[in-house]
Amino acid sequence: MTDYRKLWSDLGMDLEKHDRLTSALPLIYEEVYLQQPERPQAMEYFDLVVAEIHSLRIVELVEHRRRGGKVCGAFCVFVPVEIIRAAGAVAVGLCGGSQFWVPDGERVLPRNLCPLIKASVGARLSGTCPYFQSCDLLIGETTCDGKKKAWEVLGEYAPVYVMDLPQMKRPQDLAAWRGEIELFLARIEELTGCRVTPGRLAEEIRLQNRLRQALERLYHTRKADPVPISGKDALLVTQVSFYDDPRRFIDKTEALVAEVEARIASGQGVFPPGAPRILVTGTPMAIPNWKLHHIIETAGAAVVCEETCTGTRFFEHQVDETGRTLEEQLQALAERYLKINCSCFTPNSGRLEDIFRLVEAYQVDGVIYYNLQFCHGYAVEYYTVEKALKEQGIPVMKVETDYSEEDTGQLRTRVEAFLEMLR
Amino acid sequence: MTVLGIDIGSRTIAIAVLNERGELLAGHVADSGPRPLERAREMAGNLSSFRRVVATGYGRHGARADFATDLITEIKAHALGARHLFPFCRTVLDIGGQDSKVIRLDEQGRVVDFIMNDRCAAGTGKFLEVMAQGLGLPLEEIVAAACTSDGEITLNSMCTVFAESEVVSLLAAGQPVGAVARAVLNSICDRTMNLLLRLGIEPPVVFTGGVAAIPGLPAYFARRMDLMDLQVPSSPQLVGALGAALYGIKVKKATG
Ligand code: SF4
Ligand code: SF4
Repeated sequence: MTDYRKLWSDLGMDLEKHDRLTSALPLIYEEVYLQQPERPQAMEYFDLVVAEIHSLRIVELVEHRRRGGKVCGAFCVFVPVEIIRAAGAVAVGLCGGSQFWVPDGERVLPRNLCPLIKASVGARLSGTCPYFQSCDLLIGETTCDGKKKAWEVLGEYAPVYVMDLPQMKRPQDLAAWRGEIELFLARIEELTGCRVTPGRLAEEIRLQNRLRQALERLYHTRKADPVPISGKDALLVTQVSFYDDPRRFIDKTEALVAEVEARIASGQGVFPPGAPRILVTGTPMAIPNWKLHHIIETAGAAVVCEETCTGTRFFEHQVDETGRTLEEQLQALAERYLKINCSCFTPNSGRLEDIFRLVEAYQVDGVIYYNLQFCHGYAVEYYTVEKALKEQGIPVMKVETDYSEEDTGQLRTRVEAFLEMLR
Repeated sequence: MTVLGIDIGSRTIAIAVLNERGELLAGHVADSGPRPLERAREMAGNLSSFRRVVATGYGRHGARADFATDLITEIKAHALGARHLFPFCRTVLDIGGQDSKVIRLDEQGRVVDFIMNDRCAAGTGKFLEVMAQGLGLPLEEIVAAACTSDGEITLNSMCTVFAESEVVSLLAAGQPVGAVARAVLNSICDRTMNLLLRLGIEPPVVFTGGVAAIPGLPAYFARRMDLMDLQVPSSPQLVGALGAALYGIKVKKATG
């Protein structure tokens, strides 16, 4: 194995601490991923990406920056990566998903804040995330109060740019959001020193559409019974899409889809036919947060879809490709991104429609509402979702948790009891 | 051939032995001790004398890996057990050592919904134990002490650790033990009531688990929560094990 210590220390990382972080991952990965029966061959690529998560891709980022390129990190699915890339920069997703970073986050943030924010900030402060260390600009958004304020703290440690996301979807909000996207474009051009041309932007719009479609096709295969790929694997692929080189990611995902489609044709599955089918809805699950999926799938049910930011919310809806001028393209981008049904919007009835549509399409037996602790938007929205689902006789259960392992036993009991109820 | 149900909880282990007709041949409860799995196997005795051994509770996975033939969750076990003892039961309130839960059943006795307390111990047996310690009372006397008072002091903390120091400082400030004991019980009642209300109370309600075995406590709960027909089994700690054994008879019937 190549020694990447030089690479990491050049990025100003805390090597000792980083060793502790990376020594835990292979064990968890082995237990959660490699022990699954009947995994598709093509998952090998994604295994490799995770095994080399702090090296292979980082080498590419370093190389890109050596040639004068820039790297932008984003925390949320609202940031239009097309613009970043059209200006010649690389976009990477940064949502921290590990408990490892939480204590460092809590050095500067209150304890009662969502673990995603605490881990993200902690990852930067601890100097153990090479993605953070590689970013020339961090892009925040105003999706929740916790994040909004955390950016101010993070801004003391790294350059941060914040996009103001509206909280409603009226025409004037769309106009405002479009204005934000224009400002964003100007900021990115300033960062990279490159002009975004309609030609370059069109190319990136098409590329990101293809990436989203690849994920959509993968998700589509999960509608089959028996389900041909585990929820854990599908989640992993989505998580990797935030980090990976988009072209390579599309190729590898399409290869995976082809293999999985062949499985469907031959009736091969990773769970027995008729295994309970679960839709997970709620807050994002960043790498290596596989906790809930692992509990559900080791209890004998299949997660067949995620209505989350690391799921359908990330890839549904494409950007209209017919725009010729920057004006038209920015409008198309604004429209597509404002279709995301994040709980930061009021009203957010679109999310309910999404959930019902997915319950239908994926033949779901029960819904598990995943809520990162202290994420108030999603926690409050549970009231509406639960009521609507129960009225339709669709079983639903809320799971509120963080990245730590201490509640695993209790979660297992709740998930198993929920499954007993479905059988 | 008989069927064994074994409920391995955080504080206690309960076993129930049923014959084919579902009659209880033996049942008892013991402390989990430092090695619950070993203790459970000991209590089970001669495993070959049972047609099935069904494990439930916190230690069910360990038992399944070791000696049990099947496992079910506490939720299902308590539902089956409570329904067996009280055939019209529609709501089960189970308060154990470390968690409390409410289970809703339909007319046929199937579980249609349930909730559990969040990760903390407030409102559970553990909470009561810690509070009794702070009060300097044996657990069995806490209700009697509370009944000597009709004061209305309330505890402000939900958290077990903070509530304990609150109890200690109330006593230090000269509040009578009975009044503080009452505050402790009321605090558990209110928590439990919240849990019940979140799921909706469908009578009859059956109260199971270790906390229901504390003398006078079910009656105190019933009064405070205005639950006229709160049903309590004669051995509330045995209900989970009983439900597990009943499940063993059911699968046996289904699989022949
Ligand atoms: S939940 Fe909302 S704020 Fe959080 S990542 Fe998703 S879209 Fe962004
Ligand atoms: S999970 Fe909720 S609280 Fe956390 S960052 Fe996303 S929207 Fe904010």
